[in-house]
Amino acid sequence: MFDSHLISSKISRRDLCKVAVGSTLSFMLPGFDLKAAEKRGKERRKSIIILWMGGGPSQLETWDPHPGTTIGGPGKAIKTVVPGLQISDMYPLLAEQLDSMSVIRSMVSKEGDHERGTKYLKTGYRPEPTTVYPALGAIITHQAPNPQLEIPQHISMGNTQFPARGGYLGGHLDAFRVPDPGRNIGNMRASVGAPRQERRLENLNVVTQAFRRGRSIQTQKTLHQSTIDRALTMMSSEQLNAFEIEKEPEAVRKAYGDSPFGRGCLVARRLVEQGVHSIEVNLNGWDSHANNYTGHQTQAAILDPAFSSLLTDLKSRDLLDSTIVLCIGEFGRTPKINALDGRDHWPTGFSCIVGGGGLKGNLILGETDPTGKEKKPVDPVRIQDLYSTILQKMQIDYTKELISPIGRPLALSDGTPISRLI
Amino acid sequence: MKSHAPNWKVVCLPLCVVGLVVTLVTWASSSPVEKTSPPPTFVETDSLTDTVQQVDRFFEKQWTEKKTPPASTVSELTQLRRLSLALHGTVPSLEEIREFESMQGADRLERWTQKLLADRRFADYFSERFTRAFVGVAQGQFIIFRRDRFKAWLSEQIQENTPYDELVRKLIAGEGLWTGDPQTNFITSAVADGNLDRTKLTGSTVRAFLGQRIDCAQCHDHPFDHWKQSDFEGLTAFYGQVEVQVLGVRSNRKLKYEVEDRMTLEQREVAPRVPFLTECLPAEGTLRERLAEWVTHLDNRRFERASANRVWGLLFGIPYIDPVDDLPAPTDLSQSPPGLLDILGQDFRENGYDIKRLIQIIVASRPFHLSSESESESADQIDTATYNWALFPLVRLRPEQIIGSMLQASSLKTIDQNSNLIMRGRRFFSELNFVKEYGDLGSDELNDFPGTIPQALLRMNGEFAKDNGSASPLNSVGRIASLDVPAEKRIETCYLVCLTRLPTSEERDYFLKQYQSATNQQQRVKITEDLYWALYNSPEFSWNH
Repeated sequence: MFDSHLISSKISRRDLCKVAVGSTLSFMLPGFDLKAAEKRGKERRKSIIILWMGGGPSQLETWDPHPGTTIGGPGKAIKTVVPGLQISDMYPLLAEQLDSMSVIRSMVSKEGDHERGTKYLKTGYRPEPTTVYPALGAIITHQAPNPQLEIPQHISMGNTQFPARGGYLGGHLDAFRVPDPGRNIGNMRASVGAPRQERRLENLNVVTQAFRRGRSIQTQKTLHQSTIDRALTMMSSEQLNAFEIEKEPEAVRKAYGDSPFGRGCLVARRLVEQGVHSIEVNLNGWDSHANNYTGHQTQAAILDPAFSSLLTDLKSRDLLDSTIVLCIGEFGRTPKINALDGRDHWPTGFSCIVGGGGLKGNLILGETDPTGKEKKPVDPVRIQDLYSTILQKMQIDYTKELISPIGRPLALSDGTPISRLI
Repeated sequence: MKSHAPNWKVVCLPLCVVGLVVTLVTWASSSPVEKTSPPPTFVETDSLTDTVQQVDRFFEKQWTEKKTPPASTVSELTQLRRLSLALHGTVPSLEEIREFESMQGADRLERWTQKLLADRRFADYFSERFTRAFVGVAQGQFIIFRRDRFKAWLSEQIQENTPYDELVRKLIAGEGLWTGDPQTNFITSAVADGNLDRTKLTGSTVRAFLGQRIDCAQCHDHPFDHWKQSDFEGLTAFYGQVEVQVLGVRSNRKLKYEVEDRMTLEQREVAPRVPFLTECLPAEGTLRERLAEWVTHLDNRRFERASANRVWGLLFGIPYIDPVDDLPAPTDLSQSPPGLLDILGQDFRENGYDIKRLIQIIVASRPFHLSSESESESADQIDTATYNWALFPLVRLRPEQIIGSMLQASSLKTIDQNSNLIMRGRRFFSELNFVKEYGDLGSDELNDFPGTIPQALLRMNGEFAKDNGSASPLNSVGRIASLDVPAEKRIETCYLVCLTRLPTSEERDYFLKQYQSATNQQQRVKITEDLYWALYNSPEFSWNH
């Protein structure tokens, strides 16, 4: 067995990656341990967990309350452990855990439609008809593959209409979807016992050989066999345990909350420990055109325990320094409350929480107008600026240009890092 | 009043569910039950054959010049599979294979093609393909954009063989309500966030119908093409008077198209203007009618060439010129000999923009009949041969084709509009779920990406694969396993149903051994299931070849 420390001292990680990727036989490498949990300091690569709030949460009922004003509605605010930061009182648990996280209250987008907004917010590029941009997680996976992982490196949990895609980088970088995290790990288990599975694979080999005759080069190009091989490796990998939460203490499971989102956050922490670098956990249901306030109460009851437990857990396991956590949706909500007691789409001046992974914390960036008349927030932050910041912090050169399928050079992100966060 | 509200909900919810189910079932079964209608158009075989020969000569010359001899011709069964996949999105059923085998005559493949084209499944399958090209895959804002209606309308047009130019004119210039006049969904698909995005319409019009990407010119002069920003603005101005209102899509002659000038930041009015062939722009009609006439004008060769390239792409899985919507400008035919798209385009134009005829020509020409097998061991040679269509390309099936094929292979009888409701309902929902889980290729479906691990897992271990691959009295595995036939026949049937071919002698011997070692029926069932599993998961099943 290899000694992982020995390896890192003699061969650079990059070299090792290249060898393993090049051979596409990474799963045959001896099982030296790559768990993030067992590494410290610079040795440990960074991960990102994106808590995706599908539907567009209201900034006023989350991280940018304006209590006592017309636009604030019935909402109240509470103090947090971050000096000067107040958030909605629907998040009492989170208020205690926000240290080292920052709130950006001045996100600006130009897309007020769910699909377009989601695409922009998940990729950092406004959607265009001729180019499918890769999501942030796909960019990270593409730029910093972890070849020792036997399970996918880019994972999306919980149901979502618009999961993170590989875009022009290829379908193999689409997020691996786990619709019901903590309960069902999808199709990763063979449907028959070992002896029959073995016979099936032998059969498959016979049929495949017949097809390869006269087409060996063409079939190699299809990567069909290597895809099946990698799938089979995954099916028998111990790393799959990261998806199973039964062995977690009951108190921990309870703290996260018994919801798909809560379970997803717990699995996300386990995946980070395992060395997965790009994780998305989806929480839908923020599209509050009617009954905005009560709708947000329902959602807060799911988000507050899950998000705060995730932060506690990451901190207590010393993982927060290497894990960026970003909580964001596709846009915010209008300051004006409509006739149905709801709020409509508002792509300018909305909020997100970001921190960990070495980003500066305890900051409040930007502010919105308490009267709601001024659309543009103070100190606006563009989506691409946030993503450039994150990529830079993850040691990925965001200015690097890739050539899109139509021959257009595209930077990984065309934003400018937010200096205050770095 | 308020305390009554929950009661209403209690009553309404089940009613809604029942209503939804009834609606869906009705919808799923809405295709008219009509087994075989005669081919809708009279085909002048001679002129069609002329064009096929012209296409063949074009390729033969190219193969000689490039020194890439064409691959051998494939068996009729392989052609049957290619045709069914291209036109119906499934593999042929055992029933169809037997029917084809019983047909006599040297022209039985041509007649079979006509039969497939007349089948409702062709219209349904192609309408989805065209819908993707015209309005994408987004469901959009349900209230004013009805993708389902649009697709159903297109299916009707294809079934009736509406001339393609007429169809396109209806899309560009159509007026009315998106539900009653579904072609207007082409316009309403561009509504985002309550506003009609006219630039999106320009982009998709030029991409879908003229095979050009002009989208870059929206913000700046095109970096590598001759399109100017003013071209884009001038074209967009044709959509300047379209309004989307409660009463539908209509033209308002009072509207002016204005853009913000990037230099002065002031609004300036833009007059409608076409970037080329100005003489083809009629003077009469609404702005959109004029644009529609210009796009489909007999002299606008970009229209016929783009159409031919798209249909070629749908039949082979990859377009003749890739990407499908970024074609070079047509060359001067008096100076240089016609290319493939010119030959196909001319026939298309001269024969009333008949899509079915265009398909018949392409599938009758030699490239469609060539094998994907090559004796060459050199990757370069294989690339060159594939690039010159001297070798049939290996193309990954679309998710709908995979699910269509899995479903069809799970039944010995043909699944079509004559199948029972349960079967068709199953097909409908399975397709929806499977495509969702498999990962939709979106409107990008003519780009070739390798398969993904989740897809491999879904095919190997997924619920649907499990249901279809476990023997039951209703599915083909169960039926084949329980047939009182020799093992050899059983193996052959499995191969025909899944791969539309007979097993090789090695394959036959290998599986025969397994059956011979079986001592009881239960074991034979398991062996059949495991054989089926291997066929389902083989590259041969999920790639067109």
